[in-house]
Amino acid sequence: MKQYDVIVVGGGHAGVEAAAAAARMGVQTALVTLRADAIGVMSCNPAIGGLGKGHLVREIDALDGVMARAADQAGIHFRLLNRRKGPAVQGPRTQADRKLYRLAVQDLLAQQGGLSIIEAEVADLIIQGDRVCGVVLTNETRIRAPAVIITAGTFLNGMIHIGDTSWSAGRMGDKPSLPLAARLREIALRQGRLKTGTPPRLDGRTIAWDKLEMQHGDDVPEMLSFQSKSPIARQIACGITRTNASTHDIVRKNLTRSAMYGGHIDGIGPRYCPSIEDKVVRFPEKSEHQIFLEPEGLDDHTIYPNGISTSLPADVQGDYVKSIGGLEGAVILQPGYAIEYDFFDPSGLRPSFETKAMKGLYFAGQINGTTGYEEAAAQGLVAGASAASAIRGLNAPQFSRQNSYIGVMIDDLLTKGVTEPYRMFTSRAEFRLSLRADNADQRLTPMGMALGLIGPERRVAFEDKLAKLDVGRTILNTHLYGPHQAEAAGLQAGRDGGRRSAFQYLGMLADQPAAVRRLCAEASEIHDETLEQLAREALYDQYTRRQVLEAAALDRDSGQLIPDSLDYAVVGGLSAEIRAKLQQRRPASIAHARAIEGMTPAATVILLAHLRKLGRDLSAA
Amino acid sequence: MPTIFALATARGRAGIAVIRVSGPDAFLSARLLCGDVPAARVATVRRLMSDGIVLDEALVLTFCAGASFTGEDVVEFHVHGGSAVVRSVLFALAGLSGLRQAEPGEFTRRALENGRLDLAQVEGLADLIDSETEAQRRQAMRILSGDLADRVGIWRQDLLRGMALLEATIDFSEEDLPTTLVAEVEEAISRVLSDLQKELSGQRMAERLRDGFEVALVGPPNIGKSTLLNTLAKRDAALTSPIAGTTRDVIEVRMELDGLPITFLDTAGIRETDDSVEQAGIARTKTRAQEADLRVFLVANAGDAAELPMNTDDILLLGKADRLVGRSDMFAVSGLTGQGIDKLIEKISSYFSEKIAGAGVVVHERHRAAGAKAVMHLQTALNGIRLGAPSEICSDEIRLAVRAVESLIGKVDTEELLGHIFGRFCIGK
Repeated sequence: MKQYDVIVVGGGHAGVEAAAAAARMGVQTALVTLRADAIGVMSCNPAIGGLGKGHLVREIDALDGVMARAADQAGIHFRLLNRRKGPAVQGPRTQADRKLYRLAVQDLLAQQGGLSIIEAEVADLIIQGDRVCGVVLTNETRIRAPAVIITAGTFLNGMIHIGDTSWSAGRMGDKPSLPLAARLREIALRQGRLKTGTPPRLDGRTIAWDKLEMQHGDDVPEMLSFQSKSPIARQIACGITRTNASTHDIVRKNLTRSAMYGGHIDGIGPRYCPSIEDKVVRFPEKSEHQIFLEPEGLDDHTIYPNGISTSLPADVQGDYVKSIGGLEGAVILQPGYAIEYDFFDPSGLRPSFETKAMKGLYFAGQINGTTGYEEAAAQGLVAGASAASAIRGLNAPQFSRQNSYIGVMIDDLLTKGVTEPYRMFTSRAEFRLSLRADNADQRLTPMGMALGLIGPERRVAFEDKLAKLDVGRTILNTHLYGPHQAEAAGLQAGRDGGRRSAFQYLGMLADQPAAVRRLCAEASEIHDETLEQLAREALYDQYTRRQVLEAAALDRDSGQLIPDSLDYAVVGGLSAEIRAKLQQRRPASIAHARAIEGMTPAATVILLAHLRKLGRDLSAA
Repeated sequence: MPTIFALATARGRAGIAVIRVSGPDAFLSARLLCGDVPAARVATVRRLMSDGIVLDEALVLTFCAGASFTGEDVVEFHVHGGSAVVRSVLFALAGLSGLRQAEPGEFTRRALENGRLDLAQVEGLADLIDSETEAQRRQAMRILSGDLADRVGIWRQDLLRGMALLEATIDFSEEDLPTTLVAEVEEAISRVLSDLQKELSGQRMAERLRDGFEVALVGPPNIGKSTLLNTLAKRDAALTSPIAGTTRDVIEVRMELDGLPITFLDTAGIRETDDSVEQAGIARTKTRAQEADLRVFLVANAGDAAELPMNTDDILLLGKADRLVGRSDMFAVSGLTGQGIDKLIEKISSYFSEKIAGAGVVVHERHRAAGAKAVMHLQTALNGIRLGAPSEICSDEIRLAVRAVESLIGKVDTEELLGHIFGRFCIGK
């Protein structure tokens, strides 16, 4: 029987990061997947990053993960979203050549030592008492490991719908994982059902591109990884077209034939990714809807029409596609479909993504009710690093709302649960001005180094960058100038203020670096890239200071951990209602407890008092 | 760790009110208000000053960290119980940097964290905290009944909408959004802002409604002020006698007039006098009369001038109507016969009723401070939006404004914001 430290089940984006992170931390890792050549497949839209998602990708990269580097190698259309807004809400994004992306991921995994890839299907878990000890493959081979990370994506009881036809599947063309789903269901984990949709894929050679508006990538591409310098693959443009009244008519007439509207689907779909049926029904006043025509690869004719996902029958899909400008002659290569799948209520997880119900069993990715490659990958990284930390006896990685979007996602999933597929938005992060894509490395790489997640190359580059930032910051902070000097340098500074530091001038308006160089001769020692980063920091300086205070209060509450074993029945003075809620939600910390609807200040104090008493009894014992 | 303060005794009129300050800057607050930090655990009388104005003569107690209720440095100001005094001291403390109003239960929580309480004590205190929050909730409910609740509901809707639209321009900038959103945000925010400002300025009146209004009876000696007051109060609160100048001090009689809490001030008759005691009384009369919400001037003859400058709404009438010879068109009143009393009461109560109608919902000092903070953030946000500042910064200001008034409008969750966005716009590719 084979023995590993960590087994990762699934080779999607969560599985890849989980396996790579565990292996980087030096524990023996096995990735079990149905098909090794499908590792890193992008099964939905061919793009990585975006608003909120780009933040997650940068955070994964700051911890030396795979996603950003693979996306940069496969990127064929880079755009920094919200370029005209402040850096805190800018999101790097690229469209990726599907094949190049998959190969880049497989290549990065191949370079990773301590990682075995096993092509097989997991049928069952080996369980001893309240902990998992490994997996059983369909060929009855047993593989042992003290940690098993399940990243089954949509493969658990997956059901594909096109019109009134439906069948069991993991992804178009793949089998679902039925035995594993049955086993997981036995472990008393709360389940729900979600759905997601895909659009019909088109043959690019049958699209009238010359009739369409084209969107090009940025002139100066913003890379996803801190390590990358420039794109490798040839860059392409995307087309933009729109639905029209006759498209909407066709959809409306055939609504009853849609799987979603015909009552075939119970799962809840995301509100921010509506199908064309939803768009037509919910927004009847809109006369057109935008569609982005995204090439799936450089040597692939497949086009992903972003904006018309559907579960209508194939013939209706053909009709409405042909009603759209530029697509009159378009041939559908693969019809759109909706997929329903099981997820497990993430409030049954610890912040490490270990299940509360079973020691050593971790869940990451879509199985936790999220959607998106980036969300999945980030969870995989957390689960992989946490499992490896546990095995090596290290402190678990500490992600929080204050230090990362990853922390925001963990906290949201654990405390709020899931009602629709969870996707990241920048508005979910209350410390958004501090948690920027541009400073993800400054926020997280030190933690990664402490955990042993960071390779030597990145460590050196990061330490060098940090040293340059420190020197630059000191220079700018120690040189003060009055308003007249500032004006002479071309800076608009109010005459009311006294002398300000060069750093303050840098933050007063966007695009100040050139003027600050005129103002402060010593700034010539600061490299352009460093000065630009300091300008982003300076822009938000006064706001981030304010947020530090807010974050400190939250830190304090988050630091007050509540043991899982706490029996709320013996906590005196709690109302029955609060007691029941606490018993059910089992908050991990006082911060989580306080977020529960109905918690009163008094209940918080009682809980704190009880924890303190427990702590005292323990130390006395 | 911020320094926190709060009124530790029950709100309302009491002889003494205790204001407690706890945290690293507690002693600093004592130094700034008293001029020095009185020795620990020794009751010391100090004059509390702020901005060169004397707030009160107070008993000040200090406790050092490790030997106080919370375990932190603590200062207690035992001030005179009038709500104006308490308000002014709380206001002065709120103005000190590093200090903020305590959340419900926060003193207890600190005590607990610093090992100053055991569990049994906490469970007892929990009732107290709960009843405190329950009382606040009930008060809020009472305040928020009727159209006032509607107004708060509108603030919530406007803030939610403003924030959601601004967030939509950030998180969904790639979508087909209308270009007029920012103008819509501006409109929603400025509506809340101006309404909140109105609320804050009307707030004084709402507090007075709770604490009562003051009406001063002013007139020359022996014009019948005390008799009038006694009739009003239907009891002998003021000493009345036919000798001029009997009422040397200011006597307060509290009563309910048409359901309004009103305090009548019976003042010393104003006249030239060499009697130093009476002079002091007269000086006090003038001050109190000027500070009162309304003055009723009694004069002996039609055409006599009022003793003090009159405000527009002040009431001028002839005293001792029972003694009047002949007829006069002027409003006359007699405490002895009751002539004109009903008309006077009607005049006074309609004056205050009108004022109250315009009064706001913000009653607590806590609410006032929260409202002021919200106004500040909304102003910054609005300026930012108008000047084209980055929308994420404007949004952060609105977020802080919403947090500040969360106790009034209820928690605004991200899910709710997103729900608003998805409900209104067709988001998603």
